[in-house]
Amino acid sequence: MSDVGAIAGSQEIDESRRKFLTVATSATAAVGAALAAVPFVSSWEPSERARALGAPVVLDISKLETGQMITAVWRKQVIYIVGRAQPLVDKLSRNDGDLKDPKSDHSLQPAYAQNEMRSRRADVVVLIGICTHLGCLPKQFFDPGDAVLGPSWPGGFRCPCHGSRFDLAGRVFDGSPAPTNLSVPPYSFQDQHTLVIGLDSLSAKGAA
Amino acid sequence: MAQEAVTKPGLWGWINRRLPVDSFVRSQLLDYYAPKNFNFWYFFGSLAALLLVMQIVTGIFLTMFYKVGEATAFDSVEFIMREVNYGWLLRYLHSTGASAFFLVIYLHMFRGMMYGSYKAPRELLWLFGMVIYLALMAEAFLGYVLPWGNMSFWAATVIINLFGAIPVIGPGLVEWIRGDYGIADATLNRFFSLHVVAVPLLLLLLVALHLVALRQVGSNNPDGIEIKEKKNALGIPLDGIPFHPYYTVKDIFGVGVFLTLFAVVVFFVPTFSDLFLEKANFEPANPLSTPDPISPSWYFTPYYAILRSVPDKATGAVLMLIAVSAFFFLPWLDRSPVKSIRYRGWIFRTFFTLFIVSFLGLMYLGLQPAQGIYVTLSRVCCVPYFAFFLLMPFYSRIDPVKPVPERVTFHA
Repeated sequence: MSDVGAIAGSQEIDESRRKFLTVATSATAAVGAALAAVPFVSSWEPSERARALGAPVVLDISKLETGQMITAVWRKQVIYIVGRAQPLVDKLSRNDGDLKDPKSDHSLQPAYAQNEMRSRRADVVVLIGICTHLGCLPKQFFDPGDAVLGPSWPGGFRCPCHGSRFDLAGRVFDGSPAPTNLSVPPYSFQDQHTLVIGLDSLSAKGAA
Repeated sequence: MAQEAVTKPGLWGWINRRLPVDSFVRSQLLDYYAPKNFNFWYFFGSLAALLLVMQIVTGIFLTMFYKVGEATAFDSVEFIMREVNYGWLLRYLHSTGASAFFLVIYLHMFRGMMYGSYKAPRELLWLFGMVIYLALMAEAFLGYVLPWGNMSFWAATVIINLFGAIPVIGPGLVEWIRGDYGIADATLNRFFSLHVVAVPLLLLLLVALHLVALRQVGSNNPDGIEIKEKKNALGIPLDGIPFHPYYTVKDIFGVGVFLTLFAVVVFFVPTFSDLFLEKANFEPANPLSTPDPISPSWYFTPYYAILRSVPDKATGAVLMLIAVSAFFFLPWLDRSPVKSIRYRGWIFRTFFTLFIVSFLGLMYLGLQPAQGIYVTLSRVCCVPYFAFFLLMPFYSRIDPVKPVPERVTFHA
C-alpha cells in the first residue's frame, strides 16, 4: 500500500476513505447487476400473446342437460363440464369409503370446490379432464351399474390408459394408479347459464 | 529449456516472445509427470473430452438444418434424416454421442470412487467434475426435447412438473420455466438456446477448471499413492512419466478402440433397441396423448426409479435430489486413511459393491413399468444406495485397511 501511496503523491493515504469508496462502489455495482437481471428473468414469464391465449373462456351452458358432458379447452387443457342429476349428487357421500382422497385434501382445486360435490353448484361440475396419473383423458361412464364396470359402479369416469376410476365429483377410487382427484380449474358463473373458466370471481382480474 | 524458445532467432522465437506457446506445451505435456501405473480405467477422461468435441462439432452442423419451433422442429429432424446429405450420420453421431458421453462419464466416476480420487487434495477436482455431470444431465435433457417427438413433449412435461413439488414457489416456477400454461413453443425455443449456447459454454468453462485443478494437484492412480512425495534429485517424481508421449499415445490407442465400438453402434444399432432413440419419439408431440409406458433415457433411470419408488410426489423428488447430490459430499463422508480400493478392507468393498449393484439395478428398474414387483425392487435397491453414502463416515473409519506401499505397484 505504501508503494501505491508513493506513486500517487506525497500526501498520506486516508485508508478508511479508500475502504469506504471501494465498498460503496462494489455495493452499487452489485445492486445494479441485480436490477439488470430483472428484464432477463422476466422475459421467461408467459408472453403477452401466451397470456391473451390463456384468457378466461366464457361458455354458454344453457343447453347442458343432466347426464351430459361438454368439453372446452382452457390454457391447453381439456375441461369437462358435466350436468349432474340431484339423486346422483346425494349419493356421492356413499363413495367416501372407497376413495383415496374423499375430502380432496391432497388434490388441486379452488377453495370453493373443496367440498363433497367438488363444485360451486350441485348440478354442474367443472373438472380438468387430464388424468392425474400420466395425463391421459378419462372417458365418461356416467351410468350407474355400467355394463363394463359392474353393478356396483356408481357412475363417473374411467381412464383408458391405466384404468384409473373417478366418481362424478372427479374423486379417485382406491386401486387406481392416479394419486389425486381430477383437478378443478378456477371458474365462476356470470349468470345461471354462463360459465367463465379461468376466473375465481367476476371481480377478479384473472386467475393465477 | 523454456528460455531457449524465447531467445531463438526467427519466427518461432518471435512468436514465443509474444505468446508462451513453447513453455505452455512444455508445462502441460512434456514436463507434466503423471503416475506410471495408470490402467484401463484411465482412458475415460480423454474419451469424455473427445465426446465433448464430437458433440459440439455434430451439434454445430445439426443446428444448420434444424428449425426450432413447435410447427417446424419435428419435420426438420425428419428432413435431416431423409434429405440432408449424410444428415442421418450427423444425427446418429450426436444421439449416440449423448449416450456414449454418459457411459464414459459413469465409468470415469466409477474410477474416481474406486481409487478414492475425490479425497484430499483432489476435493475441488471432484466437485468440478460433479458440476460437469449435472450440467451434462441438463444438456442431455434439453437436447432430448428439441426433436419435439411425443417422448420429448412428455419428458419435458414430467421433468418440469417436478419443480412443482417445491413448496410455495413451485407452481409459479413451473410456469416461468415453460413460459406458457403448458409445454409450448416458448419452452422449445428457450430450451434450444440453452442447449446450443448457454450450457455448452458453461461446460467448456467447467472442463477448463477441471483440467486446471487436475494440473495443480496431479493425477491420482490405482494405488492411491501421492507420487509427488517421492522425487529424484531433479525434483521429478520417481513414479512419474511425462504425459507426452507416454499417455498421449496411450489415449490415442484408447480413442481408436472406442471409435471402433462407437461406429458399430452408429452404423448398425443407432436406436440400441429403444435405449438411445425411442420409438415413441418418432411420433410428433401430442399434448392429448401420453406415450405408454413413459420412461426417460437410460442414463437418468436410476434417479427416476428412486423418484417413482416413493408414493408421495414431494418426498420422491427430495429423495431423487439427495441421490444425485450425495456424490458431492464424498470427499468429506469418506474418513478412511487410504484412497484406493486395493488397500481398503472388506467393509468398504461390501458397501461399494452393493452400491454399484443397486445403481445398476435401479437403472434397469427405471426402464420398467411402475408397478408391482418393479416398485418393490426399486425400494429394496434404495437401501444400499443411500446406506453407501449415509453410513460412510462410520464404516470407512472402522474398515480394516491394508498397509499402503511406499511406491506404486508397476509391472512393466
